[in-house]
Amino acid sequence: MSNPKEAIKEKSMIIQKDMLAKLFTELSTAKENGKKVVYTFVPGNVTELILSFDMLPVYPEINALQSGMRKKSASYIRDAEKIGFSEDVCTYVKCDIGMMLNGNIGPTGEKMPEPDLLLLSYTGCFTFMKWFENLEKLYPNVPVAMLHTPYQEDGKITEDQITYMVKQMETDVIPKMEMVSGKKYDPERLSKMMVNSAKAEDLLVKVLESAKHVPSPIDAYFAGVYYIGPIFTAFRGTEEAVEYYTELWNEVQERMRLGLGPITPEGELREEKFRLVVEGPPNWTNFREFWKIFYDMGAVIVASSYTKVGGVYDLGFRHDPEHPLESLAKYCMGCYTNLNLPQRVNLLADYVTEYKADGFLINSIKSCNSFSAGQLMIMREIEQRLGVPVGFIESDLVDPRYFSYANIKNRLESYFQMLEQRKIILAQETSEAIA
Amino acid sequence: METINEITDKCSNLAFDLNFRYAKHWKSKNEYRVLVGYLPIYFPREIVHAMNGLAVGIFGAGDRKQIIRGDAYYQSYICHLPRGIIEMGLDGSLNEFDGFVFPATCDCIRNLSGMFKLAGKGNFQRYFDYPQNFNSKVGGIFYRQELDKVMEDIRKINRQHASIEDLNNSIRLFNINRRLIEEIYAIRQEFPWRLSALETYYILRAGMVIPVEEHNEMLEQVLDQLQKERGEPMDNIRVVINGSFCEQPPVGLIKSIEMAGCYIVDDDLLLGSRWTIGDIDDNTDDPLEAMVTAFLNQSTFSSSVYDVGNPKGARLVEQVHRRNADGVIFSAASFCDPALLDRPELQKACDAAGIPHINFQYHENTGQFKVIKEQAGTFSDSIKLWA
Ligand code: SF4
Ligand code: SF4
Repeated sequence: MSNPKEAIKEKSMIIQKDMLAKLFTELSTAKENGKKVVYTFVPGNVTELILSFDMLPVYPEINALQSGMRKKSASYIRDAEKIGFSEDVCTYVKCDIGMMLNGNIGPTGEKMPEPDLLLLSYTGCFTFMKWFENLEKLYPNVPVAMLHTPYQEDGKITEDQITYMVKQMETDVIPKMEMVSGKKYDPERLSKMMVNSAKAEDLLVKVLESAKHVPSPIDAYFAGVYYIGPIFTAFRGTEEAVEYYTELWNEVQERMRLGLGPITPEGELREEKFRLVVEGPPNWTNFREFWKIFYDMGAVIVASSYTKVGGVYDLGFRHDPEHPLESLAKYCMGCYTNLNLPQRVNLLADYVTEYKADGFLINSIKSCNSFSAGQLMIMREIEQRLGVPVGFIESDLVDPRYFSYANIKNRLESYFQMLEQRKIILAQETSEAIA
Repeated sequence: METINEITDKCSNLAFDLNFRYAKHWKSKNEYRVLVGYLPIYFPREIVHAMNGLAVGIFGAGDRKQIIRGDAYYQSYICHLPRGIIEMGLDGSLNEFDGFVFPATCDCIRNLSGMFKLAGKGNFQRYFDYPQNFNSKVGGIFYRQELDKVMEDIRKINRQHASIEDLNNSIRLFNINRRLIEEIYAIRQEFPWRLSALETYYILRAGMVIPVEEHNEMLEQVLDQLQKERGEPMDNIRVVINGSFCEQPPVGLIKSIEMAGCYIVDDDLLLGSRWTIGDIDDNTDDPLEAMVTAFLNQSTFSSSVYDVGNPKGARLVEQVHRRNADGVIFSAASFCDPALLDRPELQKACDAAGIPHINFQYHENTGQFKVIKEQAGTFSDSIKLWA
């Protein structure tokens, strides 16, 4: 294999890198500076609320993801399995537990601060609950707040569900935050942050929807995971996030103006041959290799469900400064894995149509029942409704034992051949029709 | 009166009739009757009963059905239970059902509710969420709304209304049912040889597919006969089974554990049949509120309910002591995240309490029990040796 190329760095990437570096420095010095730390999860997080108490959020899935990218996850998972975790269960949990068993060293090489509050914002996945029950045992004296997010089983969010969530915030989450932070809940401050949230959300949607343009100026899956980083995690509601998304949107507009394709670690994609919609999270342990397979084939992911796990903003939701707690409730319930299967199918089918995709691909993650259970039915539905070629590959988030490069490459090659043939047939049909 | 052997024979047929003929026959006798299929773990059957319905447990196809199309809906790393249920959905076994309830047990069952929605199976496909907040003014209200939704689903079909008296009566019948089951467990705790774990399993599982009134009669007959000696005491150890609350192990596995020298004195097989500990108030002006209160305060421990303030490990240890058991067999379905993610902490709690344990995994259609039998046999021998 040739040496990896020097990646192109745009200004937005540097801004994001600096934001993260600053966050991790703040986290590593949190205890000295008297900052309180809240462990919580990405989907359905209440970041603005945490920040409004001047506390710092830590997201265990992000630690797991980073461990995967830094090639540490294999040994962490092994260590978790040694203490009794089954090979069969979610590897994010095992990776995180393994990291804690090994001193809880974060991505910068410094120890992550221990939590002052465990906030189980339990959205779209039962495993979160199990994960937290395990964290509770690791940190027995840390207070725990539970925020149960009802599932959108009827395909809509009801007033009763919103009331249930707001009540949980008012009676459990906020009082615990007040206790831990020593500060009073400040709804005005929260509202102000939501003004920033909504601005950043508008900009993110513009960036993601730029992929409707042909050629797409972005890759909405592999690069998309970087774009969602700030808003899905510790920066939603901050000025920095608005600044980052403003810069990113400027860059994307410029790329569109120039008719350029996405930036990838291998360089700019010069010719867009295939446009795809992808369902399911990516693999982190071999992220760059995985991306390169698509790059080599000229494939661009124009829309993905994974970039909606922390909010399906393109469906119109925005945080609402006028109703901060209600809007947090709606936000939590609106995340992708909290949608029912018919909603997921509709969303993905719309993506295929609206983003003019040539095909629909599932990367099925061994670890993740929340995503994976039902995916084969989703695939059938999309195929039946739209008649587009569907593809299916399997890997894992952070367990390298389940990433088989050769297997995935073979499957993708066959899939791209199928797409190629279909394009030829469609072109023939069109020219015959014109003739 | 039927003998226990006759009853268990009948129950084994009822329990594993994957066409649910008995329930369908029951429905056919009255045009207002409805059949509501529900999945593991727990669903409050009282509300269906009060509305002239029969809640029928759909607990998988076990090793009784060849899965032909169900496998095409699931990746290899997803447990077996939903494949069998999809198979039943596709082969017409569930055709006369009016609706389906998918309790909030795990993401597989949750997503299966969406698959049933996409397939348009039944008049309703209801995901039934348990609250994970146990404050009566917060989680309590939420749970009541969940109960209301299912009742509304049924009302739309048969236009029946459950009066306070209807609900109280249903609660009473299920209280009796749980009491009788608990009495059987109490007798088995002292005299486990009188009714084998497998016989118990058949009797309980049949109760998931027939009207509660008939099941209560059966249980009474069994109890009556269990007062007398039956079977031969063996030099077996006494174990609690944990982790089999959803996908059910094949009966061969239950049999193998017993044959390997382990009396199963408690378990979480068919846990929904004894989810509520003790009675629910059956003489009240607000029976739904009584059900809510019971859910919040009298639920057993389970992997699908958040264990804040009342950790499952401590409750398992208490169960082992209460049943005077020698050890725990952790037996979970392969790829069952809830059971398998709970396991390390439960094992730690057992270790701290000096309770020996072993573990294994199964599929509902596992056909080979040799290894499991050997493992259970060695476990039994080692406990006897060191006791
Ligand atoms: S099962 Fe999926 S959504 Fe849930 S914690 Fe694991 S990776 Fe995340
Ligand atoms: S066996 Fe486990 S993973 Fe499978 S449906 Fe049941 S609870 Fe879910």
